[in-house]
Amino acid sequence: MKSNIKDNRKTKQKDIEPKQSKLNKIKWKKIKSKQIFAAILSIVLVLSGLWLIQALVMPKYMHGIVEGAMIAEYYKEDKNHDVIFIGDCELYENISPAVLWEEYGINSYIRGSAQQLIWQSYYLMEETFRYEKPKVVVFNVLSMQYHTPQSEAYNRMTLDGMRFSFSKIKAIQASMTEEEHLIEYIFPILRYHSRISELEKDDFTYLFHKDKVTHNGYYMRVDVKAAGTVPKGRPLGDYSFDKLAYEYLDKMTALCKENGVELVLVKAPSLYPYWYEEWDRQMVDYADRHNLKYYNFLDVTEEIGLDFQTDTYDGGLHLNLSGAEKLSRYFGEILQKECHLPSRQGEKKLEESWEKKLELYYEEKKTQEEQLSQDNNL
Amino acid sequence: MLFTSYEFLLFLGIVFLLYYIIPRKLQWPFLLLASYLFYFIANPWYLLYIMATTITVYLTAGAIERKKENFKDWYNSQKKQLDREQKKLVKEKEKKKEFHLLLLGLLMNLGLLAVVKYTNFAIANINSVFRLFGGNEISFINIMVPMGISFYTFQSLGYLIDIYYGKYKAEKNPFRFALFVSFFPQLVQGPISRFHDLSKSLFEQHKAEWKTISFGLERILWGFFKKLVIADRILPAVNLIIHNTDTYKGGFVLIGMLFYALELYADFTGGIDITIGTAQTLGIHITENFKRPYFSKNIKEYWKRWHITMGTWFTDYIFYPISVCQPMLKINKFSRKHFGNVIGKRVSVYLSSFVVWFTTGIWHGASWNFIAWGLGNFAVIMISQEFEPLYEKFHKKFHISDRLYYRMFQVIRTVLLMSCLRMFDCYRDVPLTFRMFGSMFADFRISNFSRENLLSLGLTGFDYLILAVGLMILITVSLLQRKGSIREQIAALKTPCRFAIWYGLFLTVLVFGAYGIEYDASQFIYNQF
Repeated sequence: MKSNIKDNRKTKQKDIEPKQSKLNKIKWKKIKSKQIFAAILSIVLVLSGLWLIQALVMPKYMHGIVEGAMIAEYYKEDKNHDVIFIGDCELYENISPAVLWEEYGINSYIRGSAQQLIWQSYYLMEETFRYEKPKVVVFNVLSMQYHTPQSEAYNRMTLDGMRFSFSKIKAIQASMTEEEHLIEYIFPILRYHSRISELEKDDFTYLFHKDKVTHNGYYMRVDVKAAGTVPKGRPLGDYSFDKLAYEYLDKMTALCKENGVELVLVKAPSLYPYWYEEWDRQMVDYADRHNLKYYNFLDVTEEIGLDFQTDTYDGGLHLNLSGAEKLSRYFGEILQKECHLPSRQGEKKLEESWEKKLELYYEEKKTQEEQLSQDNNL
Repeated sequence: MLFTSYEFLLFLGIVFLLYYIIPRKLQWPFLLLASYLFYFIANPWYLLYIMATTITVYLTAGAIERKKENFKDWYNSQKKQLDREQKKLVKEKEKKKEFHLLLLGLLMNLGLLAVVKYTNFAIANINSVFRLFGGNEISFINIMVPMGISFYTFQSLGYLIDIYYGKYKAEKNPFRFALFVSFFPQLVQGPISRFHDLSKSLFEQHKAEWKTISFGLERILWGFFKKLVIADRILPAVNLIIHNTDTYKGGFVLIGMLFYALELYADFTGGIDITIGTAQTLGIHITENFKRPYFSKNIKEYWKRWHITMGTWFTDYIFYPISVCQPMLKINKFSRKHFGNVIGKRVSVYLSSFVVWFTTGIWHGASWNFIAWGLGNFAVIMISQEFEPLYEKFHKKFHISDRLYYRMFQVIRTVLLMSCLRMFDCYRDVPLTFRMFGSMFADFRISNFSRENLLSLGLTGFDYLILAVGLMILITVSLLQRKGSIREQIAALKTPCRFAIWYGLFLTVLVFGAYGIEYDASQFIYNQF
């Protein structure tokens, strides 16, 4: 009898064991999946927390100094431009892509930023070519005078807006001043964490989105501050551009050639910083040697119709809207005739896009003019 | 390489990964390589100094050890033939020879330390005397002071003295000894480890264990919090006050003194937290150097809880040897005979303590300020020792020694007293320190503490808020530590709570730390010693 009971128990146990091990497996799977879920959730929480704080403390550049927001605006654009302007404030304040479109049907964009150094221009060009191959790239040669990193604040305004890429890393490495660190560009929270005590309304308003501050890269100003007498530049010990500046100019030339893009060099008609004759000769020689077009607009201010009593908003450093439109009209003709850029007016999608852009352009023009007349009345 | 620099974090990350990837038997040789690389990056010439210390101490300790062994063999074979007197004589002779070797090792290394650290101090003093007599002044020499030389020299000499006293066997492998001297986390600001404490975990093989690594990382993070959120944030105010003595007098001196007390605590203990945490991530145990020193009820207790390894080093290797050396025993005998037991027994204690505090002072820096600071500590400790019977009577009569308010009074009194003494660290010279101390009372104005004045010290309202919260966190953690290890307490919590604490601390350091281009990266104060 007893042995029978034992046998029964054994058989029952045999039946139970596989069931239990199955249950254990299910339990283990549940625990494991819980752990995996918890780990993923933790990682997501950590990263999103960091991202949120970083987004909060990053400068927004929506009012006041808006130059820091310019570089990033390009990524929202449809990338089918005929002309890309690359350079410093002498481009983004002096050329109006709206005029180029309206009057010549040229679809252009300015990848400009404050005190953009030549190596930054080169890497911006390299990056731009990954998105599109324009017919012409226009580079303003003022930055040939620099051969060392200049200022962290200006570096930031150019580099922070660039999307993460090898071009950006190389641009950072070339631009960093002694006290800067690459990692602070890769994780900007390490640079901007101290802004936590200076947060303003804009930091919250523009946490998840940014407004446009330019019109295809053009920074509009309608106010006027006439230029006074322009003093001659102080004599320099050595007028030769540094070999590093030439190195990057060579790289630009080669990169454009590789990509079948025409490189055009320009010197904008800004009265300051002083553009020396000796510098100009070097650029003329360079352009001759490399079969490039070079236009020094300082030599043709009368032909352009520039009047530095009315066409500048800061005494000759930069043109205002009136000056920029005159220069754009002048240069548009050159681009059309000498660079053989046909008008693209009639392309439906492009026209629609420009229609909206022009609406904003004239709206801002009107707002600024109204504001100006109010200020003048005061 | 500053502990709070990106370079150090990168260095640590690489060392950590390779340490656990390579075969375990190669772990300690790899650490030696990493430690030398760490020192090489700071300055390639520094390596020469640390190698000189390593080689001389290793050889001297080895020679002492061999001498001991040879003598032991010889003595065991000969002792039956020797009478008691002869035995005593040969032992004394042998001890003398060993002592000569020890002296050689000490002189070589202390000589090196003296040359690099104190030559210009000596020249400055000689010049002061020359100036009095109108003589020509000697020009200063341009010599580099290797990073952490005081720490590794004292650590090595501690080992040498231990070998001399036969506390343990000398390390036979020169490379293992080299690692003991140069182990990178403790190279720059200690703690001053003992060979028998450090060697076991330093040379044994370690596998990556979650608990050890996570505890180590937590400790590093806590160190970063103290250094970056508190010490470096308060630093501009301290510098402003102590470098502009014409403007910042009276109440400002008090503010500067208290701010410096907080800065020094957060800076030094933060640095040690990073050191101990770094070692722990590698599975290596380093002796604790602090035990909530600002909760001490008197200065004697404070010195048992602040920079513990330095305190015990001076006690073991200076105070005790001096107290029992022949000349001191003679002085003791002489003073007891002539001044009676009460005064006589104090003479040797006073003299030994004086030497200890003088050397403690000069160890901290080659200047009269540090000597004055050391002697100030000596004076306060001796006076409170003399008053101890009086305190006991007072406590017995009023039964207040266990009352919370009295304990708090004692703690505050100790903090204030130590902070006053630390004013010698801050000001340019000793007379100025005394003047500023006087000004703290003579020029005291309550308006010095006005909102406007506090905001003129280079700190914003936000900085004060962070410092206040930081200080509260420090105090809370110190109070919790009395119940046992904080990290053990955190480990016992549920995962989400644990995670929230870690993440919160990390974010606090990341966001509220005073680092980056807008702040001057500040060296740890004790790196200079």
